[in-house]
Amino acid sequence: MSLALVLLVAALFACGVYSMLHRSLTRIIVGVVLIGNGVNLLIVVAGSRPGRPPIVGALDGATDAIPQALVLTAIVIGFAVQAFLLALAWRSWALDGDDEVEDDLEDRRLAMDRRRQIRIAEAQAREDHARWLVRDASRPSTHELDGRDEIERGDL
Amino acid sequence: MDRLAPLPTVIPLVAAALAMLAHRSRWLQRTIAHLALTAALSFAVALLVHADREGPAVARLGGWSASIGISYVVDRLSGLLLVVALFTLLAVLVFAEGQRSKGAESPVFHPVYLVLAAGTGAAFSTGDLFHMFVAYEVLLIASYVLLTLDGTPAQVRTGTTYAVVNTIESLVLVMAVALVYASTGTLSMAELPARLAELNDGVRTGLQLLLLVAFGLKAAVFPLFFWLPDSYPAARSPITAVFAGLLTKVGVYSILRTQTLLFADANRTLLLWVAGLTMVVGVLGAIAQNEVKRILSFHIVSQIGYMILGIAIGGPAAIAATIFFLLHQIPIKSSLFLVEGMIEHSTGTSSLDRLSGLVHRSGLLGALFLLPALSLAGIPPFSGFVAKLGIVTSGLAAGERVAVALAIGCSLLTLVSMAKIWLGAFWGPATEPVLRPAGAAPDPSAAWRWPAAMLGSTVAVVLAGLALAVFAGPLYALCERAAADIADVDAYVRTVLRR
Repeated sequence: MSLALVLLVAALFACGVYSMLHRSLTRIIVGVVLIGNGVNLLIVVAGSRPGRPPIVGALDGATDAIPQALVLTAIVIGFAVQAFLLALAWRSWALDGDDEVEDDLEDRRLAMDRRRQIRIAEAQAREDHARWLVRDASRPSTHELDGRDEIERGDL
Repeated sequence: MDRLAPLPTVIPLVAAALAMLAHRSRWLQRTIAHLALTAALSFAVALLVHADREGPAVARLGGWSASIGISYVVDRLSGLLLVVALFTLLAVLVFAEGQRSKGAESPVFHPVYLVLAAGTGAAFSTGDLFHMFVAYEVLLIASYVLLTLDGTPAQVRTGTTYAVVNTIESLVLVMAVALVYASTGTLSMAELPARLAELNDGVRTGLQLLLLVAFGLKAAVFPLFFWLPDSYPAARSPITAVFAGLLTKVGVYSILRTQTLLFADANRTLLLWVAGLTMVVGVLGAIAQNEVKRILSFHIVSQIGYMILGIAIGGPAAIAATIFFLLHQIPIKSSLFLVEGMIEHSTGTSSLDRLSGLVHRSGLLGALFLLPALSLAGIPPFSGFVAKLGIVTSGLAAGERVAVALAIGCSLLTLVSMAKIWLGAFWGPATEPVLRPAGAAPDPSAAWRWPAAMLGSTVAVVLAGLALAVFAGPLYALCERAAADIADVDAYVRTVLRR
């Protein structure tokens, strides 16, 4: 087991965690990628001793092949997940103009005082009514965005 | 029969590929999905009957021996869960198609839904720790896509949280798997009990806690539940219904399997605390909410606590009650979300501030909500009562008075929040629908007539929940036999490794 590899795993985890603590989705994805690579290296480092390649007929002193099979699977899966996360970040940017991970609006709404909750509910009802009048239900909902403006204007 | 063990997983997976090829024809996709899920369900029933009569079906993929290769093991517990899960998946699929939402009409819906079914099947029937990680990934990636299918701002926001949290869960899981392999040299769940017993206590506890964190995140136990009530309500109702019914239960199943099989002698005090806090925090969160979907989402968390409590108490009686609780939760939770989907279909909202007097519009809707809601709260004679009674009596027998008191208190609070939904949405003066669905007829009463597929599948799931209570006797006996299987680790090891 090589100390350099162990230190590399530790460094990848540390950088990954640091990067993940940001609010920007792109940085979180970078964190996921770094930790994912750290975990893959961990499988190789911890799972098998260095040795010769396990070729049929020359198994003397060969390394264990199973961790390598595991790592291959983990890399492929990680690739798919990271691609999906990037697509989400792109979609988030296309909708909002940034890729910040946002707060749960409903939680903040519940934390507000009752009067403001009612005001937001009324604003929603008005907008829903207007939408019903134009009969354009296929338009994406915007009252969540309006509600956010309202919450952000008021100091909590 | 042994060779059939992977079929409930393989059939949906192959069908997903076929449905992807048939992306031009929604009709063909529907046919493929229905045939595949029905076939998988019938094989699951056959496997359950076989497991009950003649013992577990064990299939070795690729002909490798069970200690090197991956084996599929369908014993009584796996069989029961496969049957209930596939039934729920099938019913929700019918509902989603009946609703004719934008999501269900998308060409990727059917393939992804089938992949979700395959991932669930694999997680329930695998006998290999790394394969369990792969099964988790399969069902998680499918769930990411289903959650964000419409791509609305709300779905992207919550989908981000959901995907990132679950990706971290996968990383913890694969890390745990790597360390298990490093310290024992095997990943087969049949070989692990003996090898883990040889390790020193510190390493074993470390591995146990790592696995517990990974599966606990998926099962949404305290303090790892925060992502669930935020993300589930954003998806379309049928998607939320299948997530609520299945995904967290896969986590609970994995906790049950690993804690009882791999770490049978470990100390359970931590689990007891986790269970108590999960129940209390979940139910208090539910009471604070003001929207039907979010109340129900917090109840998912709260009910997980009961199952963890059963696992923490340990012993065949508590495990039998936990298995029955798992079986009861899947249809009950799904049916509540399906009813919520019907409400939203008619009124366009699920906020208690804006709903009123639904029972005057449709008595049937009221009945469909009330039956599973009472069952969830644990009112006799429904299945929730049977499950909770089992956990409470086994807890008292084990001397865990505080935990049992918490469980009963949380049951009352569950009833309070169900009453909150009932008072807010079903009683009171009848109001006009707030927002009509797209293309609705101008006649207001038409909003209260649902497509036959929606209504039929909801009724079917509610009736399945009731059937659990009607046939509670034989079913509970089956759960007790399944719990006896689990308690007998040596028998599991012998069945999987020999042959």
